[in-house]
Amino acid sequence: MINFYNVTKLYPNGVKALNDISLAINRGEFVFLVGPSGAGKTSLIKIIFREELPTRGQALFNGKNIARLKGREVPYLRRKIGMVFQDFRLLPQKNVFENVAFAMEVTGASTKQIKTRVPLVLERVGLLEKARVFPSELSGGEQQRVCIARAIVNNPAVLIADEPTGNLDPDTAWGLMELLEEINKSGTTVIMATHAKEIVDAMKRRVVAMSGGRITRDEEGGVYSNEL
Amino acid sequence: MSFNTLAYYWREALQSIARNSWLSAASVGTVAVSLLIVGIFALLVVNTNEFTRGLESGLELRVILREGQSRDSIRNLQGEIQKLPGISLVEFVSKEQALEEMKKSLKNRRDILEGLENDNPLPDAFRVKSARADQIPDLAARLEGMEGVDQVVYGHGLVEKLVSATRWARLAGTGILAVLCLAAVFLISTTIRMSVFARRKEIGIMVLLGATNWFVRFPYLLEGMILGFLGAVLAGSAVYAGYISLVSYIDQTLPFVHPVTDRQTIFMVLGGVLATGLFIGAVGSIFSIRRFLKT
Ligand SMILES: Nc1ncnc2c1ncn2[C@@H]1O[C@H](COP(=O)(O)OP(=O)(O)OP(=O)(O)O)[C@@H](O)[C@H]1O
Ligand SMILES: [Mg+2]
Repeated sequence: MINFYNVTKLYPNGVKALNDISLAINRGEFVFLVGPSGAGKTSLIKIIFREELPTRGQALFNGKNIARLKGREVPYLRRKIGMVFQDFRLLPQKNVFENVAFAMEVTGASTKQIKTRVPLVLERVGLLEKARVFPSELSGGEQQRVCIARAIVNNPAVLIADEPTGNLDPDTAWGLMELLEEINKSGTTVIMATHAKEIVDAMKRRVVAMSGGRITRDEEGGVYSNEL
Repeated sequence: MSFNTLAYYWREALQSIARNSWLSAASVGTVAVSLLIVGIFALLVVNTNEFTRGLESGLELRVILREGQSRDSIRNLQGEIQKLPGISLVEFVSKEQALEEMKKSLKNRRDILEGLENDNPLPDAFRVKSARADQIPDLAARLEGMEGVDQVVYGHGLVEKLVSATRWARLAGTGILAVLCLAAVFLISTTIRMSVFARRKEIGIMVLLGATNWFVRFPYLLEGMILGFLGAVLAGSAVYAGYISLVSYIDQTLPFVHPVTDRQTIFMVLGGVLATGLFIGAVGSIFSIRRFLKT
């Protein structure tokens, strides 16, 4: 469903964030993207989401060249992808319910659809009781779960999470992983960029390791690092 | 488009206006002032057009006859005038007819002429029309030299002067209008820019959540159009109220002047003011949306 063919990303300042990347991710997979800071994980995600365009090579989503999408087609690509941002990107003046509802509102959903769907999703991430609470009154883990609720509320084909456990304690991080696993079981493709070694090692899923803009390893049931 | 989306557009637009209330008020004020002038100007043009049209169709000479002439000599004179080149009409207007005409044009203030029937000060005259306006001065000189003619009256280039004067007024007015409309557009676009700026984070998130460009833009377009419309409503009501009272004042004091009062023309002017307000608002917001939402 996601295919990269010799994708290179050169930022205007001359940094080569991705160097000749080829990669295929199939529907329903659960993929860990690992590698040291600056390896190019976020850059790869941004190309899928069309926040950045590849300098060379092709990136396809469902067989369509992402870079060639017309301006008005881009929103529809983004609606197929649920994004969990590393820095949450919640709206501070909207409460939990409204933040999740916003993702539906933006797609032109009706009030009725929103009222039935949002509580279901909040229930799923265990935040139904906090629906009227504002982001500033939530813990980091809770905010992360709001982000996930917002990412899955439109039933995306892919869920992409960029270091979602970055600022969570181990217990909360594991709670989150169970949630992602569940979402993946219901048929959603999940891509997760992470530095969390224990989690990757324990989950025994496909691991794509990157370093210096290249893919250094790609294996099913892999671990975070082969060294040591 | 769901009802919820429409409600969203209105909510966002009204919230923005409330948030930048001072700047919004300034925009509405500028639009109102500009359109006030547009409205006044439009009514002025409508009235001068009507007035010059009246003058042009009445482009005629009045040949005033000496008192106490016999019917025969008047008839002879009429025959002679008819023979002159370039004459399209010669019509005898007796002093009684002249008084009747004056009464008609005074309409509801005819009481001024009360009691003149018995001692009519108006002279007998011929109404002479020339085929061409530029021949009138020559014709007047010839008529003046004829037997039994007291004097010849005509509007010495009045029509031409009026036409060129209104053309200049129109040109200058259009220039002033353009400047004022630009100022209004500028202020509205500044207001919208403030709204966009206040929400730039939200807009960024909307775009990432898959909002279409039009979904993002529409509230700002709406905001600009609301501001333009409010300004137009203010200007339109002021123009309407002002014109109505001016017309009734003129009716009382200057019974010779007949301002345009038919509803269709006035409502057309007011409709034009409203449309211009909406247009200014839309253009103003499109300017700033374009610059800020390039996606
Ligand atoms: N917008 C940008 N402009 C210029 N250089 C950039 C930009 N974004 C990233 N880079 C550079 O590209 C390289 C890869 O960055 P990227 O964010 O993809 O790494 P990462 O693997 O996500 O790292 P981390 O684990 O720290 O998030 C880095 O050297 C970074 O400095
Ligand atoms: Mg990163």
